[in-house]
Amino acid sequence: MDGVFPLVLTDVGFAPGGVALLNHIDLRIEAGSRTLILGANGAGKSVLMRLMHGLLTPSSGSVAWNDGKARPSAQAMVFQRPVMLRRSTLANIAYGLKLNGVPLAVRGARAQQALARVGLAHLGERPARVLSGGEQQRIALARAWALEPRILFLDEPTASLDPSAAREVERIVSDIHQSGATIVMTTHNLGQARRLAEEIIFLHQGRITECTPATEFFQRPRSAEAETYLRGELL
Amino acid sequence: MDALNAALGLVVGGDARLLGIIALSLRVSLSAVLLASLFALPFGALMAVRRFPGRRSLTVIINGFMGLPAVVVGLLVYLLLSRAGPLGPLGLLFTPTAMVIAQAMLVTPLLVALTRQIIADAWREYEELLHSLGASAFQATATLLWDARYSLFTVLLAGFGRAIAEVGAVMIVGGNIDGVTRVMTTAIALETTKGDLPLAMALGVILVALVLIINAFTFVTSSWAQRRFG
Repeated sequence: MDGVFPLVLTDVGFAPGGVALLNHIDLRIEAGSRTLILGANGAGKSVLMRLMHGLLTPSSGSVAWNDGKARPSAQAMVFQRPVMLRRSTLANIAYGLKLNGVPLAVRGARAQQALARVGLAHLGERPARVLSGGEQQRIALARAWALEPRILFLDEPTASLDPSAAREVERIVSDIHQSGATIVMTTHNLGQARRLAEEIIFLHQGRITECTPATEFFQRPRSAEAETYLRGELL
Repeated sequence: MDALNAALGLVVGGDARLLGIIALSLRVSLSAVLLASLFALPFGALMAVRRFPGRRSLTVIINGFMGLPAVVVGLLVYLLLSRAGPLGPLGLLFTPTAMVIAQAMLVTPLLVALTRQIIADAWREYEELLHSLGASAFQATATLLWDARYSLFTVLLAGFGRAIAEVGAVMIVGGNIDGVTRVMTTAIALETTKGDLPLAMALGVILVALVLIINAFTFVTSSWAQRRFG
């Protein structure tokens, strides 16, 4: 282990322009865990993940990796809407490798391998932006996976996909976890959360109301807010 | 009607004087756009990506300068290059180089403003991804310029259209010297006042055709790129 983990958030607050979006967040992400962040729209799920990933800077408190670096390179993120560069599928994956200092000589092979792992080896030369939403999201996953991240953040990666594309994304996320990456993901799909989660973080109005093992969360949520949320979803 | 026939005769017959004027026009305006783009593309992209004090004001000023009167630019470059001016010793006044400089200055605000707009739109889409992948500001700018290459090509064509059609700036700094600095627009202006309508009309027809072709090419390029690359 290279000592990146745990990722520890201590009393983190985020209040751009004085509007508090997150308050008093204390959190610890351990190596190899598979954590899903649940909560209603506007609860702060995406913001929390962006703070962990380093896209946003907390207004108060600290986000600290064990190795003390502000933003270790051993992390990647997949967004709700995949952002494809105006170039071929393989070039999209190789671009991420280039920015992370992977030598040119091995970029092509690594990109090809990543594309094969998401089952799209045959689309390597196609311009990425004209592919379907499901294919683009799998390419985004391949681009993230090729970086061999120790931790992968996913922000509602299946929110705009049809069920079969969503299952494919879930399979790939499981594979990435199998390959040794820690997973932190948000979703609104409780079935998906049941299938993927080991840990559940429940957010309500910018605060964590509970941090519970998944099996326990779906049986007996500890917080009233989570119970209401689960019941509301079942209605 | 006679004038029109004579004009067509000049075009079809490949009149040497006419061809010389057209060639110089193309050379000057193409060089001007290329020269301007060396500065305008990176600068426009930086304005879109970088946050700095006064960015909004600068954007407003540059957008305003898109409609800069060509004669004013001509006057400015004239003052710079004239014997008594700061660049007078270079002896560039009344040369094609002076015309290139003037047209480059004329189209620079246009290129910067359009580039800034295109790159700002692309940046809105790419920002989180590029930060997530760890791109530096320089890498992000280069990526955006490359990814917007087809849109930027149409920006260059727009700049070329503005350059080749203007008369005020090249008239002042070029002097419309026959065989040296006479381009299509200045020739049209001169031949019309002289009453040599056939040459003026022939040049007019060619100029309009050229501008139409550029616009058609712009349209075809962007719709092709949209279909091919999304």
